[in-house]
Amino acid sequence: MRTIEAHTVQNGELNFLDKPLEADATTDIIYMMCPMHLLTIEDQVKEIEKGQVLSILTDYDGALEDIPEWCEKTGNEFLGIYEDDDHYKFFIRKLKES
Amino acid sequence: MNKIYMDHVATNPLHPEVLDAMMPYFKEHFGNPLSLYEPGVIAREAIEAARAATAELINAKAKEIIFTASGAEANNFALKGIAFAHQNKGKHIIVSKVEHHSVLNSARFLEKQGFAVTYLPVDKYGMVNPADVKKAIIDETILVSIIHASPEIGTIQPIAEISKIVKEKGVVFHTDSTSSVGNIPVDTESLGIDLMTFAAHQFYGPKGAAALYVRSGTRIVPLIYGGIQEGGRRAGTENVPAIVGMGKAAEITKRDLDKRIAHVIPLRDSIISNALKIDKVILTGHPEQRLPGHASFVVEYIEGEAMLMMLAVKGIYSASGSACSSKALKSSPVLISIGIPVHLAQGSVVFTLGESTTTEEIKYFNETFPQIISRLREISPYAQGWEGTEDSTCTAKK
Repeated sequence: MRTIEAHTVQNGELNFLDKPLEADATTDIIYMMCPMHLLTIEDQVKEIEKGQVLSILTDYDGALEDIPEWCEKTGNEFLGIYEDDDHYKFFIRKLKES
Repeated sequence: MNKIYMDHVATNPLHPEVLDAMMPYFKEHFGNPLSLYEPGVIAREAIEAARAATAELINAKAKEIIFTASGAEANNFALKGIAFAHQNKGKHIIVSKVEHHSVLNSARFLEKQGFAVTYLPVDKYGMVNPADVKKAIIDETILVSIIHASPEIGTIQPIAEISKIVKEKGVVFHTDSTSSVGNIPVDTESLGIDLMTFAAHQFYGPKGAAALYVRSGTRIVPLIYGGIQEGGRRAGTENVPAIVGMGKAAEITKRDLDKRIAHVIPLRDSIISNALKIDKVILTGHPEQRLPGHASFVVEYIEGEAMLMMLAVKGIYSASGSACSSKALKSSPVLISIGIPVHLAQGSVVFTLGESTTTEEIKYFNETFPQIISRLREISPYAQGWEGTEDSTCTAKK
């Protein structure tokens, strides 16, 4: 979790939230490493409707770069990150059918 | 002379239908399940079909099954994976004194990593008292692991009752069902457990395939990191033929379990009633709450190993207890835990039956076993009693 500072500085688009957002679906991949965060998002986004929000719980630092990038590439909206005690909560709004 | 296999708790032969199901995955369907082309897709689909069949055997969801290479691996995964995942909540773990070494030694390893472990005692039948579990749980407790059925003495634990207590306290509950899945009905929902270990070769599947059931939503740290196999929870190219074999064995077991149980119970009861007619033979484990095909005894004044050798000469293959204790020539911790004195624990024998066991075989066994006991007692230095040995101390540790 210490790498947050570095990522925040490097990537101005990271949006750290003061409190978690409401999500329509949550997937917990804490303790899973790369590339499970990306594979899981792909799978889970298929399960929700356009306009709905997916929350991903992970402690994988690489997700700080990968998840916003994945949203940009796939045309989904990256809403932000909430930093919990020992993990991150990422929030994504589905904008496109995958 | 026909050989009579009475060690089904050690392992089982492959069911012919299982071997048939596995063969194509050694030959034409050799693809890596991660490959994107057709052989990979075939292998991947075969694994997922096996996962669904395996899950169905224990009334679980397919995604709750993580394939491993052995029950020992699954037990290590459960204990270490849960301990490391939940250590922020506390560092206390509870196991019983009659667990398999893969649970006990994982617990000892965790002690070295700073976790505290409570080893629960059992009664004279090897049964854990659910009230003891309740008393042992403290605020820092993160995991309770209790074996479902003992391979050594056959006792089936009151897992559903224990699970209820553990869940009420918000603690993760694991059971090692290696000896029970395939021998009795096992339902993850009615047992209420979070994690469960089981192995294919205990129900006529291949060695090298086992599974850890992990209830959806349970956080666990992988034992093996690497690729994305098993949802990133257990990396390594899958043993496709073995996994396919496990799935097929699970499917057959679901179909045949009632028949298997009905087949072995009268044979087991015949062994027990005949053996107990012999002077100074004690049944170990619970008289009723025990595995259907499991008969285990302590025979006074003679050594288990000597009985096994003589039985083998007569064509009967059996065991003296846990393989580890047997090899190390140590008293079995399970027998010591149920209060069997060290000098008696040496006379332990275990007979476990399967679907191939016949009435004729058991008739032959029932004639042969008393003869072997008589012969060995004739030459036993303790035939007149145990004078001078009662003070023996147990070298087996918790």
